[in-house]
Amino acid sequence: MKKVSKWIWGAATLVYAFLYLPLAIVVAFSFNDSNLNAEWVGFTLDWYKLLFHDDVMIEAATHTLAIGAITCLVSTVLGTLAGYAMYKYRLRLLPVLVLTPIAIPEILMGVSLLIFFVMLNMTLGLVSITLSHIAFCIGFVAIVVRSRLQGMDETLVEAARDLGASPVMAFRRITLPLIMPGIIAGALMAFTLSIDDFVISFFTAGVGSNTLPLEIYSRVKVPIKLNPEVNAVSTLLMLLTLSLILIVSKVAPSALRTND
Amino acid sequence: MQNRIQRAAKWLISGPPLLYLLIFFAAPSLIMGFAAFRFGGDYGGLMPLTQTDDAGKTTLLINLHNWHDFLTLESFGRFFEDSIYAGLFLKSFWYAGLTTIICIVMAYPLAWLIARSPKKTRDLLVLLVILPFWSNFLIRVYAWMIILGPQSYFSKVLNSVLAVFGVEPVSMLFSQFAVIVGLVYVHLPFMVLPLYANLEKHDMALLDAAQDLGANAWQRFWKVTWPLSLPGIWAGTALVFIPALGMFAIPDLLGGTNSIMVGNLIKQQFLDSRDWPFGSVLSIMLTLAVLLLAAFAAWAGSRGKEKQ
Repeated sequence: MKKVSKWIWGAATLVYAFLYLPLAIVVAFSFNDSNLNAEWVGFTLDWYKLLFHDDVMIEAATHTLAIGAITCLVSTVLGTLAGYAMYKYRLRLLPVLVLTPIAIPEILMGVSLLIFFVMLNMTLGLVSITLSHIAFCIGFVAIVVRSRLQGMDETLVEAARDLGASPVMAFRRITLPLIMPGIIAGALMAFTLSIDDFVISFFTAGVGSNTLPLEIYSRVKVPIKLNPEVNAVSTLLMLLTLSLILIVSKVAPSALRTND
Repeated sequence: MQNRIQRAAKWLISGPPLLYLLIFFAAPSLIMGFAAFRFGGDYGGLMPLTQTDDAGKTTLLINLHNWHDFLTLESFGRFFEDSIYAGLFLKSFWYAGLTTIICIVMAYPLAWLIARSPKKTRDLLVLLVILPFWSNFLIRVYAWMIILGPQSYFSKVLNSVLAVFGVEPVSMLFSQFAVIVGLVYVHLPFMVLPLYANLEKHDMALLDAAQDLGANAWQRFWKVTWPLSLPGIWAGTALVFIPALGMFAIPDLLGGTNSIMVGNLIKQQFLDSRDWPFGSVLSIMLTLAVLLLAAFAAWAGSRGKEKQ
């Protein structure tokens, strides 16, 4: 194999720095003893203390986790069904409905759901946010599960059927365990997408139903409300996602591999 | 009998997700498409099509004879009358296009390095590209608000350098520059991954052959690697250009008043001025643009594959 030239190494290193430096700065300033995100003054944990006494932020975090958990549960079930159906049957409508929400800009789904909920006279709030999150997470789960099924050895199922297993039994004992890493990866994705979502929540949230990204947005948007507490909550959010990924990579190592 | 069970199983499996997406994706989309032809309500939103009397009985106001009192092409007319709106679309295309080109330039060395690394380090390098993508979108935008802010080290160093040349200090935040930086930062992984997946499959013997035939490094890249990588480039372009085109949060937070995109205008119509019919017209136009682009990218991608 040819060696990669120094120039490419250098350029790639710069791009990696471009990817990580901004996040490192957010984390660093969460420990900075100054309410301006500008200059390093000294180490402090004050922003974290402030955060743990900030009822608005804690309520927003509770909302986010509750929405994320329900979204994860429902969209994993529906997404797995969709992925299996797309793999097993020749369908026309389902693949379109599953894939389009992923392909179009999020804002389009946000505004159409806003019109829809208002038309139904539904109060915008946690329920409307959760229903919307499920709608855009189904597709991501379905894609991961389908690609897992496509990589599966179909003869195993046939062998089980030849040995007398019913279709349901063959699914439970053979297919399900084999695609489990895909389902776990899909569930992880659904949970992360839900707790991260800003655009769709922005349009489907009513008054007084803040999620964490919405609360971060309102503070970042109005500089008076902005202080490194936002950095602290950002750091914790990154830690949460990172540890989720670590747990999944321990429980189901093949779940995180994209190309097998 | 067997057939009926199989058909029942098919509906049991595909039915629930189908029903959910029909209700919470297809129906809202159709309703929004319809809203573009309706009149605005007295207090914003939409003019009602039904009326509920004191007894709680709801009647439909629109019928076959009076439908023209309820449906209109006015909002579409407004879109085409003023060139401001077409201009805003063009500007959004320009931002998304510039973002895509910068992403290609930045993603190429990275994807090349990953594709040429030994199998073990490859997984780690890919993970390092994906990891920032798992962190919250707003945090990533906020990070750039800090970096480009007037009091940041970066701004101070830049402005002191400019001062040496006698240039007035510049504000980097709330500018087109900041919007493009934000768009590139958020979308870069979507260009690296498909490009890497493509470059990984290249036959290195082709490059050796080109070298033996006297091609220099630039010729080897431009005549061999680049044409072969076009399907990856097109896949990445679809993944970067389309979401970038509809972005509203990045111009909202990093841009100034002169760097808004279509997404900002749509948000404004729905939440601030509450002109839903016009907001729906803008959304339809954005949808059409996206569909055309997706079809083009699919066509260009498949053409590239045929050539191979």
